[in-house]
Amino acid sequence: MKPPDSPFSALTLAGWLAGAALVGYALFDGGYLVTVLGFAAIYAIFVSGLNFFMGYTGQVSFGQNAFAAIGGYTSAVLTTAFGWGVFPAMASGIAAAALLALLIGFPTLRLRGHYLAMATLALGMIVQEIAVQWDSVTMGYTGIAAIPALGAFGYELPSDRAQLVALLLALALCLWVASRLKHSRLGQALAAIAGSEDAARALGIDVARYKLIAFVIAAIYAAFAGSLFAHFVGFVSPEVFGLHMVVLGFTMLYVGGIGTVAGPLVGALIISLLPETFRGFKEFQDLAYGAALILILIYAPKGLASLVRRLRMRSDKRRAA
Amino acid sequence: MLSVRDLSARYGNVEALRPVNLHLGKGELVAVLGPNGAGKSTLLRALMGLTPGSGQVDFEGAALPRNDPRAVTQRGVVLVPEGRGVFGPMSVRDNLELGAYLLKGRPGEFNARLDWVFALFPRLRDRQSQLSGSLSGGEQQMLAIGRAMMAGPRLLLLDEPSLGLAPRLAAEILETLATLNREGLPVLLVEQRAPMALRIARRAYLMAVGRIVAEVTPDQITSPHDLARYYFAHEAA
Repeated sequence: MKPPDSPFSALTLAGWLAGAALVGYALFDGGYLVTVLGFAAIYAIFVSGLNFFMGYTGQVSFGQNAFAAIGGYTSAVLTTAFGWGVFPAMASGIAAAALLALLIGFPTLRLRGHYLAMATLALGMIVQEIAVQWDSVTMGYTGIAAIPALGAFGYELPSDRAQLVALLLALALCLWVASRLKHSRLGQALAAIAGSEDAARALGIDVARYKLIAFVIAAIYAAFAGSLFAHFVGFVSPEVFGLHMVVLGFTMLYVGGIGTVAGPLVGALIISLLPETFRGFKEFQDLAYGAALILILIYAPKGLASLVRRLRMRSDKRRAA
Repeated sequence: MLSVRDLSARYGNVEALRPVNLHLGKGELVAVLGPNGAGKSTLLRALMGLTPGSGQVDFEGAALPRNDPRAVTQRGVVLVPEGRGVFGPMSVRDNLELGAYLLKGRPGEFNARLDWVFALFPRLRDRQSQLSGSLSGGEQQMLAIGRAMMAGPRLLLLDEPSLGLAPRLAAEILETLATLNREGLPVLLVEQRAPMALRIARRAYLMAVGRIVAEVTPDQITSPHDLARYYFAHEAA
């Protein structure tokens, strides 16, 4: 392996090694940690999508839970009621979410800032309400149970550990795609839009088109995460895809590092593991959890993954001085 | 080369730009001067299509598309926006690459433009991997101009390039614009620092409350009193 050529890559390498050790321990030991890491992987995918729209493009969406719900429910209904395989059901959910994002995004993305936030919040609430009221398909609050586990061609992954490996592979694929897109022409255009929409327009970038593309990509990631959730847990209900999911996603994104490829992964891991870490505090668990979040945001206001970028910025300034 | 007839723009109910007429000849460097709120930035924004406007704008003998910044840039009219609009979290090199955004799939031309920009601003070559947010104000302005040059402009619009810069740096930036102009690039320069702008401009339009109140040549403005005289004459009228 090539040795790290700077303190920043050494820091990154240390982070990856710690993550690998954690996964290794979970796979060796099994038990509850496998479930926690499974949820973290699913949320990391969900937040990676949110990161496309908020981090890379500088927009706001409170409605990504809508697309996760579409992915989750489509998978649940098609596999349980119609006997579809996991992959076709998952693909259908993703396609449905992408189509909805395209249709909704076209008029909605004309809005900016708070107005866009309110419109997307409404979208999330509407889809959740449909999940509650469309009883004949979604089973309302009762939810849909006995959703088949992850697998393909009639074969289900036999254990939680095997499912965790599948989730980690899916996460790796999502992060790889996110990284490739971020460093592509599309990613450059999104970064320009995040920096200044007017400056981007003045360079000939079609801002409306790229915002719509980012919204659709975010929806695809969310639907994929929703579908993975349905198959990993085996159950979906409207509460799963409620506002709680949005709040958790935002927290993970800001704690991990908005606008960075690794941020969603770091944020999902930290937010999933922190409550477990503080379990020994008993009735003070929530207090310790809250205090830890505040401390992270004070000392790493742009998230833990962005510490590397901050160090680089400081080093650049020192060199320039 | 550029002919603007009755160009106006509004922000809601506020008429920020009253019908404005101006022209810019081939190879000219023309300044637009005026105090804060005179409508100078709105004029450039309306020309680019960033602020919806009405009126007729012809460039190189054909009408410039209205309210379509991408099409305007494609025609070779490129804006260096107010406040520079540099993308801070991106490297200098990435910013320059974005300048050539419309040059998709022409690596030879891209490299030639990049070399030309680095020759114009050698400091950018030294700092190309540096995050642009960590550059000094003067370097950021160089980057903003360099990025615009990467777009291969046939007309360069600049919105207060000296804003926030020390006088020496501002003079350096304006001298670079004069060099670009001497090489044949037409420039429409919006500035508040009138004496500096008049040192390099061939003509100037004076703006106040959204309209052009006078067209002057540098030899007509020898002191701040001369400028004041034009503005007061407008107010009296």
